[in-house]
Amino acid sequence: MAYYIDLAFNGLVFGCMYALMAVGLTLVYGLLRILHIAHAAVYAFGAYITVIVANATGSIAIGILAAIAACTLLGMAIYRLLYEPLLDYPPYVAMIASIGLLVVMEDGFRIAFGEQGLTFARNPYPTQLHDIAGLTVNTVQIAIIALSTICLVLLALFTTRTRIGIGWRATVSDPRIATSFGVDAIKVRYLNFAIGSALAALGGALIALLNNFVEPTMGFVVSYKALAIIVLGGLGSLQGTLIASLALGLTESYGTIFVGRFLDRDAIAFLFLIAVLLIRPQGLAGARTA
Amino acid sequence: MSAYAYSVLAITGINVMLAVSLNMITGFCGQFSLGHAAFYGAGAYAAAFFAAAGSSVPVSLLAGVMVAGALGVIVGFASLRLRHDFLAVTTIGISFLFVGFVRKQPWLGAEMGISRIPSSGLGTQGNALLILACALATIAFSIYVNRSWMGFGFRAVGDDEDTARSIGISVSNYKLVAFTLGTAIAGLAGGLYAYFTQFIVPDSFGFLVSVMLMAMVVIGGTGSTLGVVAAAIILTLLPEIFRFINEYRLLIFGGLLILVMRFAPEGLAGLGRVAVGRAWTR
Repeated sequence: MAYYIDLAFNGLVFGCMYALMAVGLTLVYGLLRILHIAHAAVYAFGAYITVIVANATGSIAIGILAAIAACTLLGMAIYRLLYEPLLDYPPYVAMIASIGLLVVMEDGFRIAFGEQGLTFARNPYPTQLHDIAGLTVNTVQIAIIALSTICLVLLALFTTRTRIGIGWRATVSDPRIATSFGVDAIKVRYLNFAIGSALAALGGALIALLNNFVEPTMGFVVSYKALAIIVLGGLGSLQGTLIASLALGLTESYGTIFVGRFLDRDAIAFLFLIAVLLIRPQGLAGARTA
Repeated sequence: MSAYAYSVLAITGINVMLAVSLNMITGFCGQFSLGHAAFYGAGAYAAAFFAAAGSSVPVSLLAGVMVAGALGVIVGFASLRLRHDFLAVTTIGISFLFVGFVRKQPWLGAEMGISRIPSSGLGTQGNALLILACALATIAFSIYVNRSWMGFGFRAVGDDEDTARSIGISVSNYKLVAFTLGTAIAGLAGGLYAYFTQFIVPDSFGFLVSVMLMAMVVIGGTGSTLGVVAAAIILTLLPEIFRFINEYRLLIFGGLLILVMRFAPEGLAGLGRVAVGRAWTR
C-alpha cells in the first residue's frame, strides 16, 4: 500500500513539473495557434543558467532568479525574432521553425557545455529527506509541489482579478474586439511569452535541482510530453492542461509498474495520449465543437 | 566506384525514398506526419525479422512493406478523426511509441537491435543499385500520382477538406490511400536499409530521423517531388562531403529549417519557381 502512495506522490511531483512546462505552451497556443515546440529549449536554457550561475555565485536562489530573468527575455526574443514574422503563414511554418530552433539550441548546449552535461557544485536539497505521514520525500519534491501550486494560483488570480489579466483573456478569446476596447494586443503577446517562459525556467531549475544534473537533450522528451499534455487538455484550455498534466504524471508513475516490461516510460505518455484522443478527439476538456 | 561511394549512394537513395514518400502524405494530401521514421523502422524490423528467420529477399522486403503499410492504415484512420495540430502531435507520439515498444521487446533484440541479418547475396554494389532503382521508381511513381486524378484528389483534400467533401471527393478514402502508399514505400526503404547494413538498432528510427525527413520535405518545397528529391540529396551528401560538418550536423539542420521557414517558406521549389519566373519576364 505504502508503495502505491509513494507512486502517487511521485506522479504528483512530475505532474506539477509538466504543468509548469505545459502552461506556457497552452498560453502561446491559445493566443497565436502556434505549437511552440522550442519552449523545451527555454526550459533547458533555464536549467543550464541555474547551474552555471549557482556554481559561479554559490547561491542556488540567485541561480534560479537569474534563470527566470534570462528565460523571460529569451521567450520574448523568440516571439519577436522567430514567430512574429511568420504569423501570416500557415501554422505549420512556425511549428517547423520552432522544431529547428529546439534542435539548434540543444546542439548549442552540447557544443558550448559538452555532451556530459553539468552538475551543481553544492546541492544538498535532493538528499534532505523528510517524513510526512509515513512518506519519505526530499526538499526538492516539496519545493516542486509548493512552488508550482503557488505560481499557478497566482496566474489564476492574475488572469481573473487584474485589468491586465482580463485584457489578456479578452485578447485570447477575440483579438479584434479586445483591441477595439483599448487592449494592446502586441503587449499581450510579449506578456504571454514572458510569463510562459518564466514558468518553464522555474520548471527547468527545479528539475535540475531534483536530478542534480543538466544535459543537452534534457528538454527533448519533455517538450513532446508537454505537447501531448496540451493536446490532451484540449489545446488552449488552461484547466484542461492542469488536469492533463496531473493525469499524465500519475499514468506514467503507475504505468511503469504495470506495462513497464513492454514499453518504456516515454512511450507510455504517448500511448495514453493516443488512447484518449481516439476516444475524445477534442481532448479531455475541449468543447465538442472544437 | 569504391565501396564507400556505393554506401553513400545507398543511403542517399533510401533518404530520397523516405522524403518522397513523406511528401505524398504531407505535401500532396496535407496530412502533417512527424512520425515517418516509425514506418521506416517498422519496415526495417519486419524485413530483418523475416530475413533472420530464413525468408528469401523478396518475401522479407514484402513483409516490411506490408507491416509498415498496415501501421500506416491505422494511423490513417487516426487522421480521419484528428486534424492539423492534433494530428501532428499524435504522429510525434507514434515516433516515440515505436522506439519505446521496440526497445523493450527481447524477440526484436531490445536495445541491441537485430544484428544477424543474412546478406541479400547482391553485394554492396548490387544492394546500392537495387536501392537506386527503387528510389528512381519511387520518384517516377510520385510524379505519376501527382499528375493523375488521384493527385488532384490529394491536393483538393490538402487545400481544403470541407470544400473537397462538398464537391464529392471522398476525403477519408484519399487520406487513407495517401497514408498507405507513403508508409508502404517507407517500409520498403526500411527493408532495403536492413539488408544493406545487416544490422539495425531502435535509435536509427527515432524522432530525430522523422524531423530530418520533414526537414527534407519542407526545405525542398512541400508538394514538389523534384524539390524534395533535391533537398534529400543535398542534406544527405552535405555531411559526407564536408566531414567537419558532421560534428555540427544537427546545428546546421536546425539552422536551415529556421532560415528556410523564415525567408522562403515554399522551400527550394519556391525559390526555383521565382528564379524561372524572373527569367521569363526578362
